[in-house]
Amino acid sequence: MSITVSPSATNAGLTRIDGPAKVTGTAAYAFEQPVESPLYLHPVQATIARGSVRSIDTSRASSLSGVVDVMTHENAPRLADASDAEYAILQGPEIGFRGQFLAAVVADTPEIARHAAGLVTVDYEVSEHDAELRWDHPELYAPEQVNAGKATDTATGDADAVLEQAAVKLDRMYSTPWENNNPMEPHTTIALWNDEGLTLYESTQGVHPVRMAIAPVFGLPPDDVHVIAPHVGGGFGSKGLPHANLVLTALAAQRLRGRAVKFALTRQQMFSVAGYRSPTIQRVQLGADPSGRLAALAVDVVVQTSRIKEFVEQAASPARMMYAAEHRRTSHRVAALDVPIPSWMRAPGECPGMFGLEVAMDELAEELGLDPIELRERNEPEIDPETGKPFANRRLLDCFRLGAERFGWDRRNSRPGSRWEGRRRLGIGVASATYPYMRQRASSARIRYEGEGVYAVHIGAADLGTGTWTTLTQIAAECLDVGVEQIRLQIGDSSLPMATVAGGSSGTASWGSAILAAAGRFREEHGTAPEAGAEVRVRSPRQLETEGLSMHSFGAHFAEVSVDADTGEIRVDRLLGVFSAGRIINPRTARSQFLGGMTMGLGMALHEQSVMDPRFGIVVNHDLAEYHVPTNADVRDMEAVWLDEFDEHVGPLGARGIGEIGIVGTAAAIANAACNATGIRVRDLPITPDKLLG
Amino acid sequence: MKIPITLEVDGEPRELSVDTRTTVLDALRERLGVTSPKKGCDHGQCGACTVLLDGSRVNSCLLLAVAADGCAITTAAGLGAGAALHPMQQAFIEHDGFQCGYCTPGQICSAVGMLAEAAAGHPSHVTASASAFESDGEDGEDGEDGEVLLTDDEIRERMSGNICRCGAYVNIRAAISQAAAHAAGADRSAVPHPHSRPAEEGAS
Repeated sequence: MSITVSPSATNAGLTRIDGPAKVTGTAAYAFEQPVESPLYLHPVQATIARGSVRSIDTSRASSLSGVVDVMTHENAPRLADASDAEYAILQGPEIGFRGQFLAAVVADTPEIARHAAGLVTVDYEVSEHDAELRWDHPELYAPEQVNAGKATDTATGDADAVLEQAAVKLDRMYSTPWENNNPMEPHTTIALWNDEGLTLYESTQGVHPVRMAIAPVFGLPPDDVHVIAPHVGGGFGSKGLPHANLVLTALAAQRLRGRAVKFALTRQQMFSVAGYRSPTIQRVQLGADPSGRLAALAVDVVVQTSRIKEFVEQAASPARMMYAAEHRRTSHRVAALDVPIPSWMRAPGECPGMFGLEVAMDELAEELGLDPIELRERNEPEIDPETGKPFANRRLLDCFRLGAERFGWDRRNSRPGSRWEGRRRLGIGVASATYPYMRQRASSARIRYEGEGVYAVHIGAADLGTGTWTTLTQIAAECLDVGVEQIRLQIGDSSLPMATVAGGSSGTASWGSAILAAAGRFREEHGTAPEAGAEVRVRSPRQLETEGLSMHSFGAHFAEVSVDADTGEIRVDRLLGVFSAGRIINPRTARSQFLGGMTMGLGMALHEQSVMDPRFGIVVNHDLAEYHVPTNADVRDMEAVWLDEFDEHVGPLGARGIGEIGIVGTAAAIANAACNATGIRVRDLPITPDKLLG
Repeated sequence: MKIPITLEVDGEPRELSVDTRTTVLDALRERLGVTSPKKGCDHGQCGACTVLLDGSRVNSCLLLAVAADGCAITTAAGLGAGAALHPMQQAFIEHDGFQCGYCTPGQICSAVGMLAEAAAGHPSHVTASASAFESDGEDGEDGEDGEVLLTDDEIRERMSGNICRCGAYVNIRAAISQAAAHAAGADRSAVPHPHSRPAEEGAS
C-alpha cells in the first residue's frame, strides 16, 4: 500500500508548531537543558599557527578557588580512536592551527573558568607556518576526491584546443573569500558520563550522525552514547558533524564522572574550531560560437584545507552539469595550510562555484551582445552533460520565464551604467542556481497509536529552523489521514529511530519518506481503528530506480541594485528567487527558508569575509561586529516563489529539498546587477564600496 | 567577590548573590534558570540577549548584574499577559518572523522596546528631522513629543541591532508592522509624525 500525500492538506501554511515556545524563548536549546549542578568549561587555545607545546603551566589556574579541573594533553584521557585529527583533542603536544584547543579549565562558574583559563601559560616550540592561499601556491595537489564524493577532475573532449579556436572566448579569474557559517546559537555541548554511558546535549544537525562519529572516538558502543537536541539555533552546515568542542567537553566529563560539564563556544572561538567555507580561486574559460552556443568550457578551482585534515570544497562541480558544451574540463587543486579545518557551509560547492560560472555567463552575454537569459536558453542541455543521463526534472528556463515576468526583466537596459536616479546608479542582474537531489539516504520512523485519537510519531530528525517540527507533523497527519492536532511528534533524540543529518537539503525528503512509509505500514497492519499500543517501525525504502536519472533542483535569481556614484555604497533594492524544488510541504516555512538562503547570499555578495592575517594564522575579524552579516536594514524588497511541482521520481513524497538552493545564485545575480548599474565588473567577493569606485 | 542583589524578573522579585563579573544575561540564564534571553556573542553585537530593563531595551550581556540591582527585567517569557502571547509574539508567529528561534526572544523584546521609543518620538538615523538636524516650523512640532511613523525604513533601521542569521528580516518587518498597527489601534488613532521619510526614499 502506498500513500500519496495530497497537496490539499500539506499545502496549508500551518504556522510553526514550535512557534509559541520560540517566541517566548522557552524552547530549550542545548545549553539550556536542565542538569544538576553543572560545571563550566573554558578552553585555552593555541596562539601560534604551527609548532608544539614545549611546556604548559597550569599551576596558577589550578590554585584558583572554584576550579575543579585543569586538563591538558599531559593528563587528558586517551581516545580510543584518534585517527581523525579534528577529534584528536589533547592527545599530544602538536599544534596544527591557531585556535586549536591546548587545555581546558573546568570550574564551578563560567566566570571562574574563564578567568582561570587566562592564567594558563604555554611555552611553544614554534615552527614556520603557511596560512596564505594563492592561485600559484607551490604545494597545490590533486586530492583523491572532493566533498560529496565527487571526482577531483573531469574531462570530455578537448576543451583546451577548442577554447583556443573559439569564435568568442572568455578567460577570467574569480574568487570568493573565507566565510564562516555563524549560526546565532554557538556550538554547544553539555556532557555527562555515568554508568549508563555518555549523554550529550548537543547543538547539532543530526543526533545519530553525532553518535556514529563520537562513539568510536571514545571506544563506546553506539548505544552508550545518547545525543539530545530538540531545538537547534541554526547550523548552515557547521553543525552537520561534531567538532572539537564536543570532544573537549566529553573528555572533561570523562574525568569528572557524574558531573555535567557545559561548554558553549564563544563567537570568537567559532571562527577557529567550528568549520567554515574555504576561500576559492576560480579560473573560468568559456568558448562560444557567435550565436552564443558554448563549444567548450573549463573551470579550474583552487581551495584550501587544513594540513591536519582534508576537506575540499567541490566548487567546480556545478559547472559539470549546468550548461551544454561538447568539450569540457574541470579540476580542483588544494593547498594544505596551517589553518582551521574547513567544512560544510550552506551549499558547499554549488554556492561558491556558481558565483564564478554565473558571472562568467553574464560577461559572455555582454561580449556577445546577448540577453543573459537568452544565453542560458541557448545553452540549455538536453541531457546531463556530465553523466549523459536524462534530467528528471530540469525546469531552469521555466524559472527564468516566470521570474522575468514577475521582476520586470524587460525594463533592464543592457548598456551598463545607463540608469540613474539622483546620484545613484541602478542596475538589474540575473543568475542561475542549482542544487543536487541527495538520494539514498534512508531514515527510520516509528508510529504508535496512543489511544484517544493520538498518534505518536518518532524519528531522530532535527529542526534547526528548517520547520521540521511542523512539516513532519503535517506529513504524518496527512499520511495517517488525521488532524495535525492528533500527532505527537518527537525528534532530536538518538533514542528515537535513526534519522539522517539535516544537510544536503535532504532532511525533509528523507525523514518525510520514512514517516510516509511507516504510516502506510501502520494502516496495513493495524487498520483505521487501531488498538492503543499498536506500533510499527519502518525504514524508508531506497529510491534505486532513479539511478538512471540526473536529479537536481534549479532556480533563477533576479537582483536590482543601486550604487551611490560618489561613495560606491551598494544597496540591493530588490531580490527575487524562483525555484523548482519539487513538492513544497509548507509554503509558509518554505518561503522563509528560501528567503533565508537569499539573505545569506546577499551577505555573501556584499558583506561576508573572514580576513586571514597570514603572518599570524588568525582570522582578525572574528566577531559579529567585524564579520558583517546582513542586518534588517540591508534587506529591502525580497521575494521567493516556486513552481507548482510534484517530483514523482523522488518517491511518493514528491519533495526534493530546499535548504540550500536559495543561496546559490544570489551573489552572482547581485554582482551582475552591480555591473549593469556601474559598468564595473567585480570578480572577487564581497562587493565592497571601494570596488565600485571606478 | 559576591554581592547580594535583587532583580525583578518577569514580575517576580528574585534574590541572589552574584560574582561581580556576572552579567545580567548570565545571572538570568545560569543562576535563575531564565533562559529566554539567548547568548549569541556576549559582546553586544548580535542582540539575542535583548531584554527590557525598566521598560527600555538593553543588551543584557553588556550589563553587569550588580549594576542592575533593583531593576525590573522583562524577558520574552514574561511579555504576554499570563498564558496569552503578546501581540508582537502573535505577529511573529503569523508572519513566520523566525526560523531557528534563537534570536527571536531578543528580536521581540527589541521590537516592543522600539515601539515605545518611536511612540515617544525618539528619532532614528533615517528619521528626516534627526538626520538633517532641522526643525520643521510648519507644524509646530520639535520632533521630541510627536510619534514617529514606523515606515518600513524606520523599522529596518531601528531593528538592525538584532541579527537574524536565518534571514527572517522580511517577515520580522511584516510582523512588527502588524504589531505596531495593533498597538496604535489599541492606544489611540496613530498620528503620523510629519518628519518621517516616506518608505520609497529609503536609503540611509
